[in-house]
Amino acid sequence: MQEHDMSWVRTEMALAQPAPSSERGLTAWIRKNLIATTGDAILTIVGIALVAMILPQIINWAFINAQWTGPDRSVCATVAQGGIQPDGWTGACWAFVNAKFGQFMFGTYPIEERWRPIVVAILFVALLVPLLIPRVPRKGLNAILLFLVLPVVAFVLLVGGIFGLPHVETSRWGGLLVTLSLSFVGIAVSLPIGIVLALGRRSNMPIVKLLCVIFIETVRGIPLITVLFFASVMLPLFLPAGVSFDKFLRALIGVSLFAAAYMAEVVRGGLQAIPKGQYEGADSLGLSYWQKMGLVVMPQALKLVIPGIVNTFIGMFKDTSLVIVISMFDLLGIVKQNFSDANWATPQTARSGLVFAAFIFWLFCFGMSRYSMYTERRLDTGHKR
Amino acid sequence: MKHIAIGVLGAAAFGFAASAASAATLDDVKAKGFIQCGVSTGLAGFSAPDDKGEWQGIDADFCRAVAAAVFGDGTKVKFTPLSAKERFTALQSGEIDILSRNTTWTINRDTALGLNFIGTTYYDGQGFMINAKKLPGVNSALQLSGAAVCVQSGTTTELNLADYFKSNKMEYNPVVFEKLEEVNAAYDAGRCDVYTTDQSGLYGIRLTLGAPADHVVLPEIISKEPLGPAVRQGDDQWYHIVKWTYFALLDAEELGITKANVDEMKNSDSPEIKRVLGQEADTKIGTDLGVSNDWVVNIVKAVGNYGEMFERNVGSGSPLKIARGINALWTKGGLQYAPPIR
Repeated sequence: MQEHDMSWVRTEMALAQPAPSSERGLTAWIRKNLIATTGDAILTIVGIALVAMILPQIINWAFINAQWTGPDRSVCATVAQGGIQPDGWTGACWAFVNAKFGQFMFGTYPIEERWRPIVVAILFVALLVPLLIPRVPRKGLNAILLFLVLPVVAFVLLVGGIFGLPHVETSRWGGLLVTLSLSFVGIAVSLPIGIVLALGRRSNMPIVKLLCVIFIETVRGIPLITVLFFASVMLPLFLPAGVSFDKFLRALIGVSLFAAAYMAEVVRGGLQAIPKGQYEGADSLGLSYWQKMGLVVMPQALKLVIPGIVNTFIGMFKDTSLVIVISMFDLLGIVKQNFSDANWATPQTARSGLVFAAFIFWLFCFGMSRYSMYTERRLDTGHKR
Repeated sequence: MKHIAIGVLGAAAFGFAASAASAATLDDVKAKGFIQCGVSTGLAGFSAPDDKGEWQGIDADFCRAVAAAVFGDGTKVKFTPLSAKERFTALQSGEIDILSRNTTWTINRDTALGLNFIGTTYYDGQGFMINAKKLPGVNSALQLSGAAVCVQSGTTTELNLADYFKSNKMEYNPVVFEKLEEVNAAYDAGRCDVYTTDQSGLYGIRLTLGAPADHVVLPEIISKEPLGPAVRQGDDQWYHIVKWTYFALLDAEELGITKANVDEMKNSDSPEIKRVLGQEADTKIGTDLGVSNDWVVNIVKAVGNYGEMFERNVGSGSPLKIARGINALWTKGGLQYAPPIR
């Protein structure tokens, strides 16, 4: 009888087989995501039809028919409207944006002095970008330069009045310059103040706690627009005659304090999510209050609330448009102001200007949002579901 | 505490713009070297930024004229854009020296608010624009019975409209919006047949319509809106300088003195022209006012006469193409009349 060795041990892994053709490739993706059921199929067809209806018109308007350069309204108006375009023409009037671009960026900052905000912008980018890239060393020095040195340099350059730089009143600032400087100061000031307020609100010291609660609840209870309005219409009447308080400064203080109050509540949310064991663990190691908070609690809490923090930043960035009520012209304000220039008054002017402003706002908000998602992934330590 | 400290530090850094608003605005203005002029946040033809960001328009030019009278240089003006709500506070608190912001002259503003209006640089009034395609044959507001009227809510415009239709025993259907842009869009889309607001504004709005030729501004004016610059009460010298700058613009037009011919006009044979231009021997007209004797020359060199200012900003030289109408000189059937400079 022949003995068969029944045992068989496979010595190498079976080669991975490709997934069945019905599960891979474009067809499978389309089947799974677009036409899985009859309902899906109908929705897909309706969706495609909508896009096919709208997209060509948008492209037509924004690019093909658009007017990119021109001296005045005539390039953006049809013959019937007093321009040179054939009747029935519609297209974006980028010529308007082009002609007003300097204003949209700097407001009425004197043209021969516009190198100053440009230098500040270059310095800002040169300091911000390395700070945002984790690989680049010397974060401490970088942060000091960005948050302590740059504001001083920017202040000297933008305001002037010393070192032979002509003084430029803040009332002449405008456009993106105002939007960005308000939001940068707002962000840089609100985060630390917000953290301090959040800690104060959870503090055991009754007076500190009371003060923080009063501040946060008062500020959150008043609309920003009311405070700005009050500061611009009522304040001058209370101040001694002839003394005026810089409008830009009023806006800066208002925006920063508001963002700080909101930030405090966002941070407090993070603090509450940290289990008690973390506090107790830190205490049992003999850490002081500030060590406990700085080394154990805050890093975890802030990581948890990154979406909330960025949400507040983005909200604040867009809220800067409210300074229009004190006649400061941020990007949106100056775009709208220029609609009143009769040399550019056409049916297309307002649309084009608003689309341009929306695009710039989107660019910054989208950038912030993407960076926050990147940071969340980088700091992810496994709590994510 | 921390916030207060930040506020104080910030205030110290930006600096309080302290200029004691004493009685003598002229001295203040001369000391700082420019006139602070309050303008609108943007109104076509009156004060609106051009491509370079310089303020253009009748209201802006008027401040340049005052600067020319005071300094001999029309560029010595700084403009402060002001919202409708801020404008009076800004003047009262001394933040600005002249309010030249398409502001309607009323008794309340002249008395209770402590302003002094210097005159009417533009006679405006609420008017109607109609879509002639939808309302063919209409050439008077009295034919508008039953029409749908687009109007901005919460304005005196809305009240005037109601009064006008009621007193003429006509029906109308108000289509009300909060924002000007919404009113414009609704009118352009044909949601109403009639648009009502200040007549000067109607011409600007017409430029933004799809088919401007289809729209007609009706001749009726249903409210008085005399727009003019104002100064603070209690400073007669400054009031006179601003007021006579306005009169000088009108007198220059009446005498045919223009930006182009002002230098030739100095040698004119007409004693009146010589007097106005400060060419009379031992003249004290300018110095009595507190400015130099060639002040009218400076004004006209800076902005031209009233007619030139009008045509350049809102009239035939501008896209608005507003007719002179009641803003013509009194010699041409209008209301603009200036006392003589003598």
